[in-house]
Amino acid sequence: MKKRFALLVAALAFISAAAAATPEDRLSAVFEAIEANQLDVALKRVDALITDYPNFRLAHLVRGDLLLARARPLQTFGNVVKTVPQERVEGLREEALARLRAQRQRPGDDRLPRYVLQLHPEQKHALVVDSRRSRLYVYANEAGQPKLIADYYVTLGKNGIDKTREGDQKTPVGVYHVTANLPRNKLTDFYGAGAFPINYPNEWDRRQGRNGHGIWLHGVPSDVYSRPPRASDGCIVLANPDLESLRQRLQIGLTPVIIADEIEWTDRAALEGERAGLAAALEQWRADWQSRDTERYLAHYSPRFATKDQDYAAFAAHKLKVNAGKSWIKVNLSRVAMLRYPAERDVVVVTFEQDYRSSGLSNVMQKRQYWVKEGARWKILYEGAA
Amino acid sequence: MLNSTASRNRLRGGVILALLLTAFGAAPARAGDLEDAQKLLKAGERQQALEKVNRALSANPKDPQARFLKGLIYTEQGKQSEAIEIFSKLTQDYPNLPEPYNNLAVIYASQGQYDKARAALEQSIRTHPSYATAYENLGDVYAKLASQAYGKALQLDAANTGAQNKLSLVRELVREPGPKPAAVAAAPAKEPAPKEAPKEPAKAAAEKPADNTAEVMKTVDDWAQAWSKKDADAYLGYYAKDFTTPGGEARDAWEQGRRSRIDAPKSIAVGIESAKVTMRNPEQASVSFRQTYKSDKLSTTSRKTLELVKADGRWLIKEEKSGK
Repeated sequence: MKKRFALLVAALAFISAAAAATPEDRLSAVFEAIEANQLDVALKRVDALITDYPNFRLAHLVRGDLLLARARPLQTFGNVVKTVPQERVEGLREEALARLRAQRQRPGDDRLPRYVLQLHPEQKHALVVDSRRSRLYVYANEAGQPKLIADYYVTLGKNGIDKTREGDQKTPVGVYHVTANLPRNKLTDFYGAGAFPINYPNEWDRRQGRNGHGIWLHGVPSDVYSRPPRASDGCIVLANPDLESLRQRLQIGLTPVIIADEIEWTDRAALEGERAGLAAALEQWRADWQSRDTERYLAHYSPRFATKDQDYAAFAAHKLKVNAGKSWIKVNLSRVAMLRYPAERDVVVVTFEQDYRSSGLSNVMQKRQYWVKEGARWKILYEGAA
Repeated sequence: MLNSTASRNRLRGGVILALLLTAFGAAPARAGDLEDAQKLLKAGERQQALEKVNRALSANPKDPQARFLKGLIYTEQGKQSEAIEIFSKLTQDYPNLPEPYNNLAVIYASQGQYDKARAALEQSIRTHPSYATAYENLGDVYAKLASQAYGKALQLDAANTGAQNKLSLVRELVREPGPKPAAVAAAPAKEPAPKEAPKEPAKAAAEKPADNTAEVMKTVDDWAQAWSKKDADAYLGYYAKDFTTPGGEARDAWEQGRRSRIDAPKSIAVGIESAKVTMRNPEQASVSFRQTYKSDKLSTTSRKTLELVKADGRWLIKEEKSGK
């Protein structure tokens, strides 16, 4: 009797686990059955998946193969006749590969993206996109440490990444954040469950002469479950249920979105080492500013430094003048976040709340700086209001 | 009724029939009617065949052979719902007979109800695991279901995703139904039992247009490729001698215009997307597609329809229409 009860509990647990499985998990289970040469099981699984997600085109393709395999030997995955537009089949094949690869090669617990050096306490999550894997990883901020809690298949730009021009149909590479929440009822069906614009082009992009606009995270039209890996005009596109679950984690103006071609992975110790190194440089900059030793203070700035409207020389002249007139300065930094810039060599975006008090002026502002490692030393390349 | 070349099987059936003749007075007339009905159906005399079958059925309403034949006649007359009713009832009364399942499946498939066809054929095979016709038909149904699935995957017209095969109707009850011994009597009324029903010639014919489709598509692809390679001679070679030039231009003038348009850009890339081939007849085809044209000067996308004719074994463009 007891044994039977245990079995029942186990069965229930299995059913609830199956119900919680995402369509991608279930697709993966279909492929597992195929690999185990259980084609009947595979067909049943894919039938059930299609019943629940009738617009999952990739599932239909797999179902087509499973049925056709009963009629004749398959030549290829997605065994459609040659008269069919091959790019559509190719898109689905790529989607299958991207989904399976991501499922089977989830980063281990000690594998962290090199970008998330530090989140500030109010940033609950950070998103990191790997373009080659067509994957968006969600990291939770656990006492300042990033922890992987979810990952989703994403569609990126038709022409890949490294956006530089308006209309190039590419997804930008860089450090961004979500800037708004556009609800479903404000959008056409094309954007699905909603949209979250990001701040492309950011300060760094503008400095590199990159233009264009309107890079969003958004959903898919109601007649599809997902789109091929390279199909958007540069936006990051998620399946609607995925966007729904992501929605509750996004904080407008706060949640970082880091987009990389291929995520550079590191371990916790190395990440902490890099974080501590930069944190020390930032602290020295603060202390030197407060000391009113303008030369020491300016030594933190790269000769290539520029703000929106000043180059290094103009900035230095201005600071020399301002600091000379002060009898005291107190600077306090809080809510510090540090995010390494993908594809750049040692560039980190640092944002913080700056509480500046002096014998003359006092103010509190959100500041953003771009730090770069020149030789062995971290220097500031850009600063401005965030 | 029996002839000297009768197989052993038939002979045995004949013996049983002879025994039955004494049991049912009406049986001889019925058997004669059935045989006549079969001959009439073969000769295309469906209405007369139906009358004969009905006569046989009035004598013996439960006779599976007669009911099967009636179902067949209805199928040929296009009375699908009546035919479905008869075959369904037969599967209920004689669940061990594979043929009614098979024919049900053929009708379902012709209605595009491939899931139902699949279920019926799987049933047919379950009753007789070595039933080749059902296997063949099931293969076609699977292929058809696959093509529907591909259509959903790729958002295409079903016609585009695979060859259209017509399933084979089984024309005779080959096996002896289990539950009703009387039905055994039916055996002599038919041709020597073939182990596999012969493949319908219609099926082979139906496959042919599919091959042409591939040929036509290849021509269109080659045409686009010649254009992309800026090979004007090859490109113009795809146009029929009596090609209808746009605006009724003289052929020479048109050719010259085309040549200069092909020569001018440094590079050209022509892509064909969402192509749909319609075979007007085996020698005439119409292909509609989305044409993407990209050169160093211009990039456009347009709808295009090419009318092609087959001449001397080659497909050639007879007419080219844009924006349709």
